[in-house]
Amino acid sequence: MKNTKPKEKLVSFSIDGKTCEAREGQNLVDAAMENGVFIPSLCYFKHHDPPLGTCRACTCKVNGNYLPACIQKLEEGMAIEVNTEKLKDIRHALVEMMFAEGNHFCPSCEKSGNCDLQHMGYELGVTNIRFPHLFKDRVIDYNPQRMVLENNRCIKCRRCVEEVFTDEGKRVFMYHNRGIDTLVAVDYEQEAQLTEKQAKAAMDLCPTGAIIVRGSSLVEPFGERSFDMESDQKDYNVLFPSKKEQKKMDKKTVATVSLAGCFGCHMSLLDIDEQLLDIVNVVEFNKSPLTDIKEFTKRCDIGIVEGSCCNAENIETLRKFRDNCDILVSVGECAIWGGLPAMRNTIPLGECLEEAYINVETSVKGEWVIPYHEDLPKLLDRVYSCNEIVKIDYFVPGCPPSADHLWKVIRNLLWDEGFSVLYHEFKYD
Amino acid sequence: MPYSLMEFFPHEPKQSKLLNKLREIQYTEGYISKEATQQLATEMELSLVEVEGVISFYHFLHTKPTAKYVIYLNNSMISEIKGYSRIREALERETGTRFGTSDRTNTFALFETPCIGMSDQEPAALVNFYPFTNLNIMKVRNIIQALKDGEDPAVMCDCPDDNIMYLPPEDKTIFFRPYTAGEALAKLEIRTPEDVIEFVKKSNLSGRGGAFFPTWIKWDSCRKQEATPNYIICNADEGEPGTFKDRVLLNREPGSVLEGMIIAGYATGAKFGVIYLRAEYFWLKKKLEDTINEFYSKGLLGKNIKGKKGFDFDIRIQMGAGSYVCGEETALLESMEGKRGEPRTKWYFPVERGYLQKPTIVNNVETFAAVARMIEMGINEYLNRGIPGSPGTKLISLSGDVDNPGIYEIEWGMSIEELLNLAGAADPYFIQVSGPSGESVSMHEKHRKISMRDLMATQDIRCGGSVMVFNKYREIIDILINFSDFFMKESCGICTPCRAGNYIVHKKLEKIKHGIATYSDLNDLHQWCDIMKTTSRCGLGKTACNPPVFAIEKFRDYFEPKLDTTFDGLNHKFDLEESVKEYEKYKS
Ligand SMILES: Cc1cc2nc3c(=O)[nH]c(=O)nc-3n(C[C@H](O)[C@H](O)[C@H](O)COP(=O)(O)O)c2cc1C
Ligand code: SF4
Ligand code: SF4
Ligand code: SF4
Repeated sequence: MKNTKPKEKLVSFSIDGKTCEAREGQNLVDAAMENGVFIPSLCYFKHHDPPLGTCRACTCKVNGNYLPACIQKLEEGMAIEVNTEKLKDIRHALVEMMFAEGNHFCPSCEKSGNCDLQHMGYELGVTNIRFPHLFKDRVIDYNPQRMVLENNRCIKCRRCVEEVFTDEGKRVFMYHNRGIDTLVAVDYEQEAQLTEKQAKAAMDLCPTGAIIVRGSSLVEPFGERSFDMESDQKDYNVLFPSKKEQKKMDKKTVATVSLAGCFGCHMSLLDIDEQLLDIVNVVEFNKSPLTDIKEFTKRCDIGIVEGSCCNAENIETLRKFRDNCDILVSVGECAIWGGLPAMRNTIPLGECLEEAYINVETSVKGEWVIPYHEDLPKLLDRVYSCNEIVKIDYFVPGCPPSADHLWKVIRNLLWDEGFSVLYHEFKYD
Repeated sequence: MPYSLMEFFPHEPKQSKLLNKLREIQYTEGYISKEATQQLATEMELSLVEVEGVISFYHFLHTKPTAKYVIYLNNSMISEIKGYSRIREALERETGTRFGTSDRTNTFALFETPCIGMSDQEPAALVNFYPFTNLNIMKVRNIIQALKDGEDPAVMCDCPDDNIMYLPPEDKTIFFRPYTAGEALAKLEIRTPEDVIEFVKKSNLSGRGGAFFPTWIKWDSCRKQEATPNYIICNADEGEPGTFKDRVLLNREPGSVLEGMIIAGYATGAKFGVIYLRAEYFWLKKKLEDTINEFYSKGLLGKNIKGKKGFDFDIRIQMGAGSYVCGEETALLESMEGKRGEPRTKWYFPVERGYLQKPTIVNNVETFAAVARMIEMGINEYLNRGIPGSPGTKLISLSGDVDNPGIYEIEWGMSIEELLNLAGAADPYFIQVSGPSGESVSMHEKHRKISMRDLMATQDIRCGGSVMVFNKYREIIDILINFSDFFMKESCGICTPCRAGNYIVHKKLEKIKHGIATYSDLNDLHQWCDIMKTTSRCGLGKTACNPPVFAIEKFRDYFEPKLDTTFDGLNHKFDLEESVKEYEKYKS
């Protein structure tokens, strides 16, 4: 068999109308990169032949057809579209799908800050997820000697399956089941054969926090992790464009509430130091824990909602907010999609309650009780995000969002003030 | 020395045997134990997790003990309209078993399974992979009683009728002409391989597995590859719900299919042929084996076929183990290699690197049969059928709300209306052409012709092999949910849009069924389907959303009354009472 080696011939092609040049037969993701065009991808590995082609985030238009860039060999005259509105939306949607499909609680994830998926969310400016979260109960495998396999976070990129072998050439990871139940399983016997270094390499090649080597995570403090600060993209100007004419700063009424949240978002709201004094001049707080006004006394321009809905009272409050506010903003991960309280969503309510009130270490045998009283709000079967209950107009991500980010959004909504959220202000943790 | 059917070609690697072995263990033991898995892993030099991964991919393989009699009831939409729920209840009652489990004595295990290729005689079930068709409650009772009395399902089972309902007039049938083994091969004597390809080119034959790829191009590029050995694979996975034409062809004229494969071998220089037979058609295996053996004894298979020196060809059978996506040609190759049936990327095409990374042709059963028959009857005779641009005939599996379900061999160019009239369709309303991955058609389009001359299929409609007819009493949303459920379960799970998308779309469809969807939900659905179509890796994900998209476009009046139009920012249909029900249990 004749081995046709990649020829070192240069060909010209176009990306979004711009003429480019690269080696014939080269992978399009690389060829674009060499020409200064970033095509997002999560599963792509340069050296892997054939390419994995699983995440589909690199989908582009090649000579008029929608195809993933990672499985395109460059040819003379190819016309490639990368950043059209439709393609950007598709890419957005795919990343959203990965968040909706798994259970990604970034604030409690060892990989947070060093995670490619999270980074992709930041790069694309994903604030909320258009798809319903699936909240499937997924296996966390603590059995392997050296690792923990967290299937809640796996995006099935297939990197570990194709790349991690023992010295004897045996596979360590493999997919099990199919469809939505697909998960990554690890071979305990083979895993034990891996050296410490090989195990760490497996953790590093995983684009998410699905493969965790015991005792080797959480080493970098916040602010120093891979994706905390750096990006070519300095800000999110495009997220909230200012309107042409800025309104004058007349006094506005604001209501706030913390549903099933930790009050962290409220703390963040107050974390603007002396600016707070300026704000008080132009903002009147109505119903809010900050003023301790319990019921709406007038219609509000904007309602700021922290937290998700975990009980009947949350639902009632949220509906009142919708009724009484012109604009409703979901602030923080809990309000946006459930956040940490939604950790219970993969487990039936009964099991949660029994674990918390009966099986717990501190419960006294024979004296346990699961609280139920007509004065207590009734728990919902699962935690609902705010936009499952009422229409939400805007979403501000973060756990909590930084004060700067929050106020920029609020000022934009109230007085059309233009602004840019800086890359390092846009966070899920 | 007489050659005969072989289980494996001598040069095939160990892992290629995995699937057949797993199936065998499943069949004899009722499940695949941890020990058996470990043993296979050692034998094949694989890690345990890898073999487990393969087992968990195929739905006919179990890791927990099943029972002496394993019953699979078809849950396709056609089965559903023909009485699926009644049969399901009857089975549970008679066997004392719940679906998804086996009874205490491990005598009966009940499972659901997608279409088993019996849409012309539903409801139907497989008992230890032997078919039982046209089920009714009495019949179920008798079957279960007989099994309890120790009768053998292999003896009791039905011999499914071919139900050939229509052949083109004036003796124009191509597939069901009287057949004599070797007649087409005899004509090869005067032809070179290039001639054969030229012949196929002239015939305009394009793939009958649903993708309509010109057959000659595939063959020609395979012939031009330098790597050897090459493989000819017959795709008998027929997984598209509602399709059963390959079943009938294999049952009625298996020889014509073999002969087509041998001709392909001649044209491309390949010496090895494999029939990938879906597990649901296990009952056809014996017949195929007999035919292959007959071919060997007649010198139509083996060495120096028809006395032509160096014209060698062998055929073996590969059994599937329950997976629709394995009908996708690259998934099929993975499956044959003893792996999970995950479609490959299009980085290499099978004709470049297919089975075991060697040049491979995968064609549908009907494609091979067509080649054999056209060579035997001559090109002019063949071109004489059908319409210009779309010569020949097509086998269509017709099922649903019609008087005469069965096989219709039509000349290309027949209109949907004519076909429905032939079949005796009363009040047809929603017509699904080419299976759930195909196109939904309303009666406004009944004049569309079935042909392959229209590449974009905007005027004429292409048909991969099935037409399902639903009358006006059927709920479209139920049909969509059944299809969506099928795709969700059959997605291989390797790419994001199909794995997650199908699940998400399924949820949306249920929302519509429950009457809590709004206009914006319909728009979302449309948009999300488009994302799946544009980004999925293989045909499954790309086409899974066809039914909802076509339905929303063509049956708008059906959906509108089902929508919640009161949306004012409050989601009124969020049911507070329902969602605190679980907690209310703790009220003491
Ligand atoms: C999800 C999926 C399932 C398929 N199932 C079958 C099948 O059961 N039988 C078949 O012949 N082709 C099937 N195909 C088409 C094959 O990929 C392939 O196109 C065909 O076998 C080629 O043969 P042909 O050119 O003769 O049609 C399927 C394709 C997809 C995407
Ligand atoms: S850091 Fe990454 S893996 Fe971890 S929860 Fe967030 S997105 Fe998921
Ligand atoms: S565990 Fe990590 S590397 Fe493996 S498939 Fe999942 S996300 Fe990819
Ligand atoms: S589209 Fe579906 S079946 Fe096809 S490769 Fe992707 S996940 Fe697998």
